Amino acid sequence: MQDLLNIFIKSIFIDNMVFAYFLGMCSYLAVSKTVKTSVGLGIAVIFVLGITVPVNYLLENFVLKEGALSWLGDSFTTVDLSFLSFILFIAVIASMVQLVEMIVENFSPSLYSSLGIFLPLIAVNCAILGASLFMQERDYVSITEATVFGLGSGVGWFLAIVGIAAIREKIRYSNVPPALRGLGITFIITGLMGIAFMSFMGIKLEDSKKEVSIEEVVHLENNETEIN
Amino acid sequence: MSDKKEALLSKKNMKLIKDPLNDNNPITVQVLGICSALAITVQLKPAVVMAVSVFFVMCIANVVVSLMRNMIPSRIRIIVQLVIIATLVILVDQILKAFVYDVSKELSVFVGLIITNCIIMGRLEAFALGNSPWKAFMDGIGNSIGYAVPLVVVAFFRELLGSGTVFGYSLLENLGIYEYGYVNNGMMILPPMALITLGIYIWIQRIKNTKLVEEN
Repeated sequence: MQDLLNIFIKSIFIDNMVFAYFLGMCSYLAVSKTVKTSVGLGIAVIFVLGITVPVNYLLENFVLKEGALSWLGDSFTTVDLSFLSFILFIAVIASMVQLVEMIVENFSPSLYSSLGIFLPLIAVNCAILGASLFMQERDYVSITEATVFGLGSGVGWFLAIVGIAAIREKIRYSNVPPALRGLGITFIITGLMGIAFMSFMGIKLEDSKKEVSIEEVVHLENNETEIN
Repeated sequence: MSDKKEALLSKKNMKLIKDPLNDNNPITVQVLGICSALAITVQLKPAVVMAVSVFFVMCIANVVVSLMRNMIPSRIRIIVQLVIIATLVILVDQILKAFVYDVSKELSVFVGLIITNCIIMGRLEAFALGNSPWKAFMDGIGNSIGYAVPLVVVAFFRELLGSGTVFGYSLLENLGIYEYGYVNNGMMILPPMALITLGIYIWIQRIKNTKLVEEN
């Protein structure tokens, strides 16, 4: 349980998709003009990540990995299909996105029209494929861990896009140098937000062998706020 | 087939190459392909490898999609495009692993993420689906060079200021600048500085090219 919490917090704050890996920047920059649409897109991303990461985890462990096909019989134990992972992962993601698109279109047509082209573009949102690839690289032990990681990354992305949207709504009233307006200032603000998020980096949650207790983490966090 | 009569390097076709370099730059104006552009700009070498990989994938994907454009049903076009791109990226990934293994390790998931590099999807959707193969090829060249330029510039400054090297060659040390008390700015290596450097790049570009200035 504690491990799961660790993974969740780590994927939201420390390994934040936007600020630490720059994943999903395209839609992050394009849809963050108003808070309302960015909340919609953020939720869609959490949903898609929460589904695709566990599905891809199953694919990885029962089809793609070396020896993963051994449940088919002894002759399959040496088969290594991992070079196919890109195609399979992206196929899963594309079909999930199609599903989400149909759901949103039915239940909230106004959100559907305001998201516009960016809903189908979740399929090519790097954060989604990125999460699956990180999942593959980090070798999570169980499907629960993978799911928690997926959801955490989604929540991290959600926080980032809502944050920048709120700032951009306010920045409309300030006097930005003309050449910096729009894209330029958004980049710089994102950079500053990234620096703020980097303060979470001091929290060492990763060593599950060493068992960092939650109290210790809270203590660390308190220390950090004291320093600040 | 009217474009058959057109010269292969006519003015219109050259415009396809020149436009993405400045007025319609994929990174700074179309805002495509930012994710990978920022993540691998700590050093020049991975940035250049990345630019070459994207060049390769983009040109071929553009031509293939353009050849198939009348056969792809529009409802499933995204999946078809993704499969084409993914196939090419697998090729690139395997080649990198075979010949420049250390760079491939450094790029880690970002080679795979060429698949979802919006720049490729974006150009396929916006251009290759509606134009002849040759034009699509030119568009591919233009946009991948337009992608490479900001990438290399940002990587150059981050590597130079952050670790004092250029392509791993310790330039500043050999120039003897450290003797005057110069210290590398460790901040430049951290992820947020990629955003800020690119922000400044955009700023400078828009000061020069005022028609790109946006409404607030």
